Amino acid sequence: MSTVLPDQFGHFGRFGGRFMPEALIAPLDELTQAWREAMADPEFTGEFERMLREYIGAPSLLYDATRLSDAAGARILLKREDLNHTGAHKIRNAIGQALLTKRMGKPRVIAETGAGQHGVATATACAYLGLECVVYMGEVDTERQALNVARMRLLGAEVISVKTGSRTLKDAINEALRDWVASVDKTHYILGTAAGSHPFPAMVRDFVRGIGDEAREQSLELLGKLPDAAVASVGGGSNAIGLFTAFIPDESVKLYGIEPGGEGFETGRHAATITAGQVGVLHGARSFLLQDEDGQTIESHSISAGLDYPGVGPEHAWLAETGRASYRPITDAEAMDAFQLLSRTEGIIPAIESAHAVAGALDIARELGPEATILVNLSGRGDKDMDTAATWFGLGNKEAGRE
Amino acid sequence: MSELVALGKAGAAIRTANDAGRAAVIGYLPAGFPTYDGALDGLKALVDGGADVIELGLPYSDPVMDGVTIQRATEIALAGGVRTRDVLSTVEKLAAYSDVPVLVMTYWNPIERYGVDRFAADFAGVGGAGLITPDLIPDEGAEWIAAADKNELDKVFLVSPSSTDARIAMTTAACRGFVYATAVMGVTGARDKPSELAAPLVARVKAATELPVGVGLGISNGDQAAGVAAFADAVIVGAALVRALGDGGAAGVRALTEDLAEGVRREPRAPAER
Repeated sequence: MSTVLPDQFGHFGRFGGRFMPEALIAPLDELTQAWREAMADPEFTGEFERMLREYIGAPSLLYDATRLSDAAGARILLKREDLNHTGAHKIRNAIGQALLTKRMGKPRVIAETGAGQHGVATATACAYLGLECVVYMGEVDTERQALNVARMRLLGAEVISVKTGSRTLKDAINEALRDWVASVDKTHYILGTAAGSHPFPAMVRDFVRGIGDEAREQSLELLGKLPDAAVASVGGGSNAIGLFTAFIPDESVKLYGIEPGGEGFETGRHAATITAGQVGVLHGARSFLLQDEDGQTIESHSISAGLDYPGVGPEHAWLAETGRASYRPITDAEAMDAFQLLSRTEGIIPAIESAHAVAGALDIARELGPEATILVNLSGRGDKDMDTAATWFGLGNKEAGRE
Repeated sequence: MSELVALGKAGAAIRTANDAGRAAVIGYLPAGFPTYDGALDGLKALVDGGADVIELGLPYSDPVMDGVTIQRATEIALAGGVRTRDVLSTVEKLAAYSDVPVLVMTYWNPIERYGVDRFAADFAGVGGAGLITPDLIPDEGAEWIAAADKNELDKVFLVSPSSTDARIAMTTAACRGFVYATAVMGVTGARDKPSELAAPLVARVKAATELPVGVGLGISNGDQAAGVAAFADAVIVGAALVRALGDGGAAGVRALTEDLAEGVRREPRAPAER
């Protein structure tokens, strides 16, 4: 198993590549070169590491979740990305790309966001580094996530509500790409996940791979050996590729990506892109995607806004096809059960995205047995999800919940 | 001899116009907007108004190269239930209506989903002339290039003001029919001011190929068409025609097409250099 992928054209096997307007090809080439030079420059990587350490709080803790482990029937370790500044793993990618933006001499940043976590992370990085920031967000999401809109505006970002298409994350990406075609000479697009055109999947992976690098070292320190499995939720796939990358050469470590199963895979109302298994091209790369008979993108469904995306990063498609990682869906209901379980056993309220990984780990614990040690990426904290949780469980009002 | 092959159907139509001392007019409308029949009426009005090549849009859920006018139109087409097979039947009806070559402008995924070989064969079978592919670059286009060559279809790739000379050479070498030069860094849509980037781009493209060069993005009336016709072999108009169809129906399309056709005839120009 090689980790030198992608090839020079951004291909992970038959996945990835560049399906983009010609206008963006030369800028993508320049970006690729700038990124490669930066990653080879100790001044850049040193500054990135300093920011991770002093500003983000990395390395994040590896936490031995003993009460959750008792409930699960196997030992569960949580990689506490929820403790990072801004509350999720997303900040690693945002500060990395923002620092690269400065290095390229571009004064302006654009980004897309769904739930608002990547938008907040990007607005934060831009405030920290003195960059102009514009965030595109679907109109449906600006209404659902008003608090994050306010956060981004407080941080000095302009938030543009996207009113075309399904008015959600995929349309926010479309609108950001339209902006970028017209503004690329002075603007960098900080894509929020390990998807899109080359070099984004590989570049985002490089900026978030610290999750797995740290966890691998912390596991060796804590256990004296590697864990038996590493588990992460997969929407676009940045937190999962961040966890997996360090472990890909360790063939004894099983890798599990947990996809959003929505109301149940069989209902068709889900966002389990790899499980659905249809190959196509969306947002600049070939990968798996949710599409109809004619290749039109189908709207995804998940209780977790951060996983609610009809595509997935091309490296995950490749890991699935080669069998190095396996992918399975977890329903909204299973994720919310895990959300409550982690809250009540450990006093940790996870993001609903991360609750999918916890739910997946409970199943995997049963499969691997009591001797197994399972590493779970707790990619974010759940403060942003309290409205959803209050509605789901019927908290804070007289109506009966679904407990 | 080789140029005859590379000219394809669209290139031959453009050169016929150039030989008459003018630039060609290429008009875009999407299938299924405002309805299946309404689109067909609009497309026939394009032919009747004097378009030399038809660019038929295949509506797609995620059109990243399109501005709001074409986005809205293709959303309406998709909401109305237009399918890839309806695009093919529209091509068939247009091919029966006139000899004006019909190119389909399509984002890549619908073609990949249909099956590249199968699409090329079915499309050639109904009289289609070729594809314009805004998000497929030749670097990723081996399967389409092979299928197009096998079925003698035009392959129109785009070049941009940001394209390097090396990319222009590579891209134009992969084209058959004509080369689509995007006049601005941006998406489709009518613009008030002419682009200063278009003429230098056309000059760079002409240094690399003898294929005709069409200029599109932002051209919306006869005056602007006349300006572009001074340096381009073909003038490509999209969003303005979509708006004309939405506002004035087929008669609106016919009137704008006639205005464009008049614009490209304003300044006599030398026959195309070969």
